[in-house]
Amino acid sequence: MNIKINGRSVEIKEGSTVASALMSNGQTAFRKSIKGDARAPLCGMGVCFECRAKINGRQHERTCMVLCQEGMEVEVQ
Amino acid sequence: MFDSIVIGGGIIGAACAAELKKRGQNVLVLDSSQPGTGVTAACMGHVVVMDDSPSMLQFTRYSRDLWTELSKELPDNCEDFMPGTLWVAEDDEEMLEAVRKKQIFEQAGVNCEIVDCEDILNLEPNLKKGLAGGLRICEDRVVYPTNCVRYLLRDIEVRTNCKVTGIEKNKVKLADGSSLSAENIIVASGLGTTALVDLPVVPKKGHLAITQRYPGFVNHQIIELGYIKKAHGATSASTAFNIQPRKNGQMILGSSREYSGDDKSINQNILEEMLKKSVYFLPGLKKLKCLRVWTGMRPSTPDGIPYIGRFKDDNLFICAGHEGLGITTSLASAKIISAQIHGEKPEIDDSHYSPNRVLAGELVHEH
Repeated sequence: MNIKINGRSVEIKEGSTVASALMSNGQTAFRKSIKGDARAPLCGMGVCFECRAKINGRQHERTCMVLCQEGMEVEVQ
Repeated sequence: MFDSIVIGGGIIGAACAAELKKRGQNVLVLDSSQPGTGVTAACMGHVVVMDDSPSMLQFTRYSRDLWTELSKELPDNCEDFMPGTLWVAEDDEEMLEAVRKKQIFEQAGVNCEIVDCEDILNLEPNLKKGLAGGLRICEDRVVYPTNCVRYLLRDIEVRTNCKVTGIEKNKVKLADGSSLSAENIIVASGLGTTALVDLPVVPKKGHLAITQRYPGFVNHQIIELGYIKKAHGATSASTAFNIQPRKNGQMILGSSREYSGDDKSINQNILEEMLKKSVYFLPGLKKLKCLRVWTGMRPSTPDGIPYIGRFKDDNLFICAGHEGLGITTSLASAKIISAQIHGEKPEIDDSHYSPNRVLAGELVHEH
């Protein structure tokens, strides 16, 4: 399965969450905090909201709670 | 013995304390919990000029100018900025109202402009299409009230978790049985005012919701022109479209007003109606995420006019009952209190706000 991370097409394992797809592609920072600090997944179960990113144009999606779909477009800061 | 004791560390009490301190007074602030955590923490922080009446226009204009002046020294955490207010007209009838307001504002020297049906979408591309236009008030501001309180009280003595049980001549009695003396006592206790002095202050509940950060989704504080007739209704519950951009990109959605006694719980019907109105004016909102919803209790007076000034003949002063305009009018209110304490003539007519109107039986109920 392929998704796009910041416009770059990457191959990922089917059944991956967006968070794991990002991390397995070397993405360690998912977004910036209001003070500009890097943020990445912490809880992995939808509670901490640290892993938010833009998915298919929607901001602030919790990437750990969304399964990848073919052609999905993910943007990280 | 203090020169002045201010009871209540909300935005009103903080503004009074700061003004008196600036005049060289030895001031003490007493707060029943922590300063700026009551009604002050529950509101939007819109610093807005309102033209509901000539006196309100003068009052809000004067106070907004004081905020503009204060903004030069406010620290970043007060999140002060000047997005302006955009009053939205849905149809031609409301557009006439916008034009009428523009004339009134212009006469008062308030910088504003009429926006037509195309310009409004240039200013705010996320507004629904087909609106008649609106009125832009250029210099209205937004602040984060709780941190403004912290700033105003930065070098003033504050006693927290300090409950006042009564007031006698030049004396404040505390819950622990002790008492404090001061030349002047200022009651800035909002809803708590009624428990200390014989003046009616009634809570009007309002709902607010805050979104995630979406910088640029709206650029102004946007309010429907219908707001005035809807939100100030005295008896029944009402909602109106009112959205505020925060400096950090979040948005606060309002607004509602209802008499609900002490019940702070969220009224799902009112919340739904309020959010539907927001989505009606800003269809794209539906896809955004709301983080939190809360209510606040605005301290209202029976005639809709705050109590500001000397009460009876003692050195007892009241500064309370500002309802939904407490942030805006706090600084002007403090100027009036300070002028009266110092025996000076305030910059605006203060007789209108005298709490003694209640004693004289001159309190006219709204509606």
